[in-house]
Amino acid sequence: MNRRTWRKVVNGVMLGLTGVCALATVSVLFFILGYLVLNGGRYLSWTFLTHLPVPVGETGGGMANAIVGSGKLLLVAAGVGLPVGFMGGVYLAEFGGRTFPFLVRYTADLLNGVPSIVMGIFAYTVVVLPMHSFSAVAGGLALGAMLIPIVLRSTEEFMRAVPRSMREGALALGANKWRAIATVVVPAAIRGIATGMLLSLARVAGETAPLLFTSFGNPYWSSGFRQPTSSLPVMIYTYAISAYDDWHRQAWAAGLVLLALVLAANIGARMILSRRMSSARG
Amino acid sequence: MGSSSIFLDNTRLGHPTPPGAAGRVRSWIRRLASGDEVAHIITLIFAASIVLVTLLLVLELYRNSALPRHKFGWAFFVTSIWDPVFENFGALPFIYGTLVTSAVALLIAVPLGVGAAIFLAELAPPRISDALTFVIELLAAVPSVIFGMLGIFILVPILRIYVEPFLKSTLGFLPLFQGPMFGVGFLAAGLVLAIMVVPFILSVSREVLLAVPVEQREAALALGATRWEATWKVVVPYARPGILGSVFLALARALGETMAVTMVIGNDPRISASLFAPGYSIAAVIANEFTEAPGDLYRQSLIEMGLVLFILTFILNGLARLLILATTGRGTERA
Repeated sequence: MNRRTWRKVVNGVMLGLTGVCALATVSVLFFILGYLVLNGGRYLSWTFLTHLPVPVGETGGGMANAIVGSGKLLLVAAGVGLPVGFMGGVYLAEFGGRTFPFLVRYTADLLNGVPSIVMGIFAYTVVVLPMHSFSAVAGGLALGAMLIPIVLRSTEEFMRAVPRSMREGALALGANKWRAIATVVVPAAIRGIATGMLLSLARVAGETAPLLFTSFGNPYWSSGFRQPTSSLPVMIYTYAISAYDDWHRQAWAAGLVLLALVLAANIGARMILSRRMSSARG
Repeated sequence: MGSSSIFLDNTRLGHPTPPGAAGRVRSWIRRLASGDEVAHIITLIFAASIVLVTLLLVLELYRNSALPRHKFGWAFFVTSIWDPVFENFGALPFIYGTLVTSAVALLIAVPLGVGAAIFLAELAPPRISDALTFVIELLAAVPSVIFGMLGIFILVPILRIYVEPFLKSTLGFLPLFQGPMFGVGFLAAGLVLAIMVVPFILSVSREVLLAVPVEQREAALALGATRWEATWKVVVPYARPGILGSVFLALARALGETMAVTMVIGNDPRISASLFAPGYSIAAVIANEFTEAPGDLYRQSLIEMGLVLFILTFILNGLARLLILATTGRGTERA
């Protein structure tokens, strides 16, 4: 084989291989999705969504408390994480000089990379130790701390995307800076900001590690926010590593519910954003 | 600065500010009264709270790991005894397990991720590339506990029945592929991690590849290079620091990943050369033993490992940001 053909062969083979890599990666998602729908769908029922777990040995029961518990945890997380992330994002986009915003951005990126289990330890030392009890507050706080950097960066990005001319217009009409921000810039960016928040919630909704020793678990309903609270991801974990077939079936069903929620939030966010882009371009 | 500079200080327009410190104070008070400075201070407090939370996090981890630091010192990191009964703790088996599983993950994920990124950035039409990138972002959104569950019920049996016997019969002369085959172990954990970090390598590498100026490709092709030669010898070297950054990001993820690893690594604090053997990782031991740790020394030893994990990921993320910034010119400017 002469050199020319050899180079052509290498070209074809290597480019083909990159395609195989892409295909393999993409197919993993479809495999996961398909497997969960097939396997979890069989065990998903109305009882599963509306009943409490039953003791080992009895079949049936559900995870209603874990679904509500996850909701509670997300509520606490949203209460902590969304305002801090949003206001911080406004600061980065509209105020600030050179060094401090850089520090904030850099810290946010690093905070974003902190392993979630370490966030759990943090919430444990700050909330569980002083309160002497596992609680929804502790779990929610761990998740909330994880929300902050994500919301911060997406808020900043979408506010920066608002055209200068809109700010100038508001100022020309005599508005203060803060009025221009509150009545013109934020409303113009609100869809993007809300989408960022939705995505951040979807991301922490699936977190298990930070909840293991903060919100812990609870086989019953938990009242209020100061008691141990069960959540879907922790239930999936406990049920999946157990030795009972019936619990495995429940874990598959719970996995399907969790994955469906997370993916629906992601796809929904994407659709909101793309509609906004196309309408902005006319 | 950017957009903030366009906000003229409109209180200043009608009233020329008197020079000197007194004038500056007066102008500040005027802005305070108009609400601008109040808004500035409030948002500043929120922004500063992010830095404070991070500092508090470090402080809490440090404060709550004082006992093992005093008792074991640096020996903590090179001792392989893990004995809760006699309260003797060494982190070596967990550090080893964390490093081995992450290494296996990167060995698989880097070629796969970079290859797929080349396909998406250089070959695929933009429409298809965007659609596939979206699917891969969804893969990154799958909760880790679901990867762990699929690992237990699908990957581990496949490894035990098919893959590990095959590896043993073909590559069994290497110490890596010897010993009893359980399914759970370093190999299983590394594989699950590989699947989990591929999306990170892929999406960042694709971004940096797309940021390579088109003239670079055109020049190579004009000199007679094939498509592959232009990509491999010109585009990829140009993007190399950014790709390396994506690998660091992925490594930081792999080191800290907890649930999926905990579910398939076998949870046995032993150092084995074989990838088939069960092991343990830092994150996994924290997840498994933290709630049950009765003594302060026990719990604080786990927290000290959490601190180690934090420092490692902190350094890796910092390096990754700098590398990506150097390649695309906007690493921390836009996430």
